[in-house]
Amino acid sequence: MVPISWYLMLSALLFGCGVAGFLIKRNIITIFMSIELMLNAVNLTFVVFAAKWQMLSGHIFVFFVMVVAAAEAAVGLAIIIAVFRTRETLNVDRVNLLKL
Amino acid sequence: MLHIVLFLFFGALCLGGAINLLAQRHPISSALSLIVVMGSLAVIYLLLGAEFVAAIQIIIYAGAIMVLFTFVIMLLNAGEEERTKGNNLALIVGLPGLLLGGSVIAWVILKGMPQTGLAIAGFRGSAPEIGRLLFRDYLLPFEVTSVLILIAIMGAVVLARPRGED
Repeated sequence: MVPISWYLMLSALLFGCGVAGFLIKRNIITIFMSIELMLNAVNLTFVVFAAKWQMLSGHIFVFFVMVVAAAEAAVGLAIIIAVFRTRETLNVDRVNLLKL
Repeated sequence: MLHIVLFLFFGALCLGGAINLLAQRHPISSALSLIVVMGSLAVIYLLLGAEFVAAIQIIIYAGAIMVLFTFVIMLLNAGEEERTKGNNLALIVGLPGLLLGGSVIAWVILKGMPQTGLAIAGFRGSAPEIGRLLFRDYLLPFEVTSVLILIAIMGAVVLARPRGED
């Protein structure tokens, strides 16, 4: 049997990778993928604690997180397409004006 | 024993995929390594007895969401990431800060959690049980998510529409 702390360490490391990617990547799509990585890390924590307390509510919460992630991906990628259409670039350093 | 071997293998695969996501400069390579991360996370969910979550992890995340990502990467013809001049301060302050933060988090996790194995015998998050819970206790949140999805669809259509068509 695997101790619960191992799972939590894996989750923390994945979340850390997501934060690092969010900070160091310059491509707007890769930044968006780092956010998905962070959501996955949090989902792992939910499932681990659901198994620890033997409660299914954690699984339900993971389900809702996935629904929100799907909605976020749809809207976010539409925003990326809109940004690319006006700016002709995916580099976040070049996207520095609020107006279109 | 088998649990530990499976956990170590797929945990390492997961972490390797996440680090590869950071290391690759081309977005399509990052997207493919994110699929590896999600697939190995699904196996770890199975180890934790979360059958339904593992299935929807594969179907929704590794399937639907990542297909959307690769589609957009190919639609926009995203090339290699441009290198930017890094700040030296980021290296000097960032690495010790990373080590400090990492060790604090590791200390809290290892200190606060029992070192005994996680007993998951008899605990199965199967689809019938999840469905019973979802449509009885969590019916209102479930219905609200359908409104959320509808708003997201409309938002995506409005945002991605070519400009000057209103």
